[in-house]
Amino acid sequence: MRVVSNVTCPVCGSLCDDIELIVENNHVTKVRNACAVGEAKFLAFADPKHRRVKPLIRKNGELVEASLDEAIRRTAKILAEASYPLLYGWSCTSTEAIRVGLELAEEVGGVADNTSTVCHGPSILSIQNVGFSSCTLGQIRHRADLVIYWGCNPWSAHPRHLERYTTFTEGRFQKSIWIRYLTKLRALIGKKKAQRAAELASPRKEVISKPERTFGLPPTLTAKQRKMIVVDVRKTRSAEIADYFLQVKPNMDYELLQALRMLVFDRELDLDEVAGIPIELLEEVTDVMVGCRFGILFFGLGLTMSSAKVRNIDAGISLVRDLNKKTKFTIMPMRGHFNVTGANVAFTWQTGYPYAVDFSQGFPQYNPGETSAVDILARGDSDAALIVASDPVAHFPKRAVKNLVENPLIVIDPQVTPTSLMADIVIPSAFVGIEAEGTAYRMDRVPLPLKKVVEPPATCLPDEVILQRILKEVRKLKGGKAA
Amino acid sequence: MTSLLIKNGFVFDPLNGVKGEKMDIAIENGKIVEKINEREAKIIDASGMIVMPGGVDIHSHIAGAKVNSGRLLRPEDHFKDVEPKTPITRSGVGYSIPSTFTTGYRYARMGYTTVMDPAMPPLKARHTHEEFNDTPIIDKAAYPLLGDCWFVLEYLKKNRIEECAAYVAWMLKATKGYAIKIVNPGGLEAWGFGRNVRNIDDPVPNFGITPREIIRGLCKVNKLLNLPHTIHVHTNNLGKPGNYINTLETMRCVEDLVENGKPAIHITHCQFSAFAGDDWRTFDSGAEAIAKYVNAHSHVTLDMGQIIFTETTTMTADGPFQFILYELSGNKWVNSDVETETSAGIVPFQYKRKSFVHAMQWSIAMELALLIQDPWKIFLTTDHPNAGPFTHYPRVISWLISRKAREKILERINRKAQRKSLVPTIDREYSLYEIAVITRAGQAKALGLKNKGHLGVGADADIAIYNLNPETLDLAQKPKTVRKAFERAAYTIKDGNITVKNGEVVSTPSGRTFWVNVEAPQAEIEISKKLQQKFGEYYTVKYENYPVPEHYLAIPASINVKAEVQ
Repeated sequence: MRVVSNVTCPVCGSLCDDIELIVENNHVTKVRNACAVGEAKFLAFADPKHRRVKPLIRKNGELVEASLDEAIRRTAKILAEASYPLLYGWSCTSTEAIRVGLELAEEVGGVADNTSTVCHGPSILSIQNVGFSSCTLGQIRHRADLVIYWGCNPWSAHPRHLERYTTFTEGRFQKSIWIRYLTKLRALIGKKKAQRAAELASPRKEVISKPERTFGLPPTLTAKQRKMIVVDVRKTRSAEIADYFLQVKPNMDYELLQALRMLVFDRELDLDEVAGIPIELLEEVTDVMVGCRFGILFFGLGLTMSSAKVRNIDAGISLVRDLNKKTKFTIMPMRGHFNVTGANVAFTWQTGYPYAVDFSQGFPQYNPGETSAVDILARGDSDAALIVASDPVAHFPKRAVKNLVENPLIVIDPQVTPTSLMADIVIPSAFVGIEAEGTAYRMDRVPLPLKKVVEPPATCLPDEVILQRILKEVRKLKGGKAA
Repeated sequence: MTSLLIKNGFVFDPLNGVKGEKMDIAIENGKIVEKINEREAKIIDASGMIVMPGGVDIHSHIAGAKVNSGRLLRPEDHFKDVEPKTPITRSGVGYSIPSTFTTGYRYARMGYTTVMDPAMPPLKARHTHEEFNDTPIIDKAAYPLLGDCWFVLEYLKKNRIEECAAYVAWMLKATKGYAIKIVNPGGLEAWGFGRNVRNIDDPVPNFGITPREIIRGLCKVNKLLNLPHTIHVHTNNLGKPGNYINTLETMRCVEDLVENGKPAIHITHCQFSAFAGDDWRTFDSGAEAIAKYVNAHSHVTLDMGQIIFTETTTMTADGPFQFILYELSGNKWVNSDVETETSAGIVPFQYKRKSFVHAMQWSIAMELALLIQDPWKIFLTTDHPNAGPFTHYPRVISWLISRKAREKILERINRKAQRKSLVPTIDREYSLYEIAVITRAGQAKALGLKNKGHLGVGADADIAIYNLNPETLDLAQKPKTVRKAFERAAYTIKDGNITVKNGEVVSTPSGRTFWVNVEAPQAEIEISKKLQQKFGEYYTVKYENYPVPEHYLAIPASINVKAEVQ
């Protein structure tokens, strides 16, 4: 039995690196410090129900076991012969593997794209329009006295975010508000119990849940203490612990952000409400924002994927930028997969562009909407695909998925996924961060090492190694033709 | 390894006193040797051409967190400048922030073989090294930003120089860094809450230490550790009219720490710190005063930060300055503060001939280079990409060697700047020998790179051959010919391999990454213990996960030094 400390968790963009694992007989038997999601991955990743161990090739409509050599040879042949292959995914593997993937995409004249394309792509487009005032997570911990979560629910999606980096942490210049939260939670639980009792007492009485309006900060709160604001279309668990919850009308975040921008510049808004929120509350929130010492706006798909999309982020980044004229303010996207940030980073340093990179002309080209995976697939332009560390069949629109599976589809993934079930070739790989080491980038672009904690099955090589072998094979095939 | 013989070239090797004599250079196993068997060697006929050590760039932002954020920020910078894939080279993009492969190739094409990235945020050092690994041909190193690290500020406030030195030694090892970089000392910590420091004696909020104390403290640390380069300083008040006074103060503040007249401080991209005047209207050049001081003292080296009239991207660790630049220009602005350590900012920027201030800035850098007598004190840079992309270095060379070339520029700049500039009054034209100093020999010497920047026996065989014949060509009259020759090296040789021929890349070996390994085992153990205790409090990453292991560097090359602290 051994204890492995300071393990980096390979699940979400929080990239917590304080995980402690007990390893016995090449299995992880106990996990300390991780959230429920991280713990589940460490304990259950090798479960044979979800995990592939042998390479598979589709023959006569059925996926049958094959040798790794054959799988790689066929993969190389498909990619080398394709006119416009798509190499997609990359967000759940190491930057070392991504680098090889880009070299492969360039070699076969294909398109390399990562999951930003369906996630924070609009955030990236917006950064390219407006800029980006940001920082590393430690700055929040040490300095932020105002934390805003907009269109995201860290309580469920990034469970340790508040306790590691924001509201519940202890920093050099800011104390944790853990005690205040507990008091609030007790009050909330008491209230819920009372409500439930009332419901049970008179069952025919209709209980309408109205969007709760939290007006005014508690009188005991001093200006310096940490405050939290949540903006969302529904009251999430994160909203319950916030000091202000703004329940924005669905698809009206853009109006709300622009209204706040006007209020920051002391403009008068001749309205009673914006996006379903009363003006008085907005004015108060603006005062809190302008009056804080260091504010941070975290945002998620509530902004990137509701109707105004990139314009929402334009407005959000502009709001934060404008606030910098009055105080210190920063903004950060809540990244989902543990290395989608690393995918953006590696794509950018090698090609100049963060996603949707088309190599078909011999040099990198970037035009999201034209060179992005979903659009290419929807138009039916690609004639082969290599999917690494991602699951587009589960997430892409039907028309795109149709074209994906109707053409040769190769999947490199340790897990059984809807994509791997539809594949023509499946190459199982080692789990990065558990069975293979590498580098990943946190949501604030801090690079962290991923450890190898247990040995993978002999047939599961790291993504990096598999891709290198495919690249070598492709070069052999092309070398023959070029001569 | 093949042996190579470069025959009949006009050799410029300032560190060994060679000033254009016709000589043969012999190479074997990647090093320059006394002689080799001519029959077994590959011969390069360098008749009618000049032979210099490979270029050494002391300050160029080519890799790491903010460089990459700049690349991401500016797809429009890349669209018009593409590098297609070839059988030997990877594809990529330019212009002001090239992708990594393109960076390596473009430097090599100009005959450069060693480039230093001057601003590595220590927490993100891993990122710099990952990008270095994808930057082919050239040797590299990076300077960690240490001037605002909390540990440094705290140790220096308590005057615990030896402990600070142990910390810096640990940091150089942890980040695999080369030198102590200081940017707007104190200002970056103040920027954590949106503030700045006003001058060298303005105390840093929450820490109570002044920039003067930071610079002096780290200068002492530098000496204790026997580091190969001096402290590398981007001054307070960069970019502010009247800041030349602060720059003089900065150079003066370490005068009493100087030993044997050896350099003790390097002021980088000095042009941005040589402004006179009270505001943009009364803006003027402070270059003359700075040059006067530098001419009279031996403890300072500078690099130019020469402005190029083009659209480029500014990126520095000077967060507050970059915010001011955003407010001035209205361009998109990226800011990136790093916990416990430093900050960064990026703003696209265009330098225009017809702008009074920009034209004066062009003049300031030229004045510095032309008024400072000793070329070993001033080096050619554009603070890439801040004042201009590095691909314009040959243009700067042509301005320095030719008064005629300068006059052509002066004809078209803003009239008021034309009148105020000192450049028309200066006849001086740099010789090829002096160019060799300011683009390679001087920089290698200042960096303490013993095997670079010269062609003596034992040097790394990093050599550039340019198609210029000093016997038949009057360089000062043919600045365009000079520029073109330096833009496309006839040969660039790296460790004895021909990597560029006639300006085209013909092979792409990987370059080394240099880092300084301070040997002070006792101090290292003690400081590690102290850091482990405080790490969780200061950082959001674990102590164990912070240092960059040597295996991250594709070809590591540690330079071992013995410190005075044990």
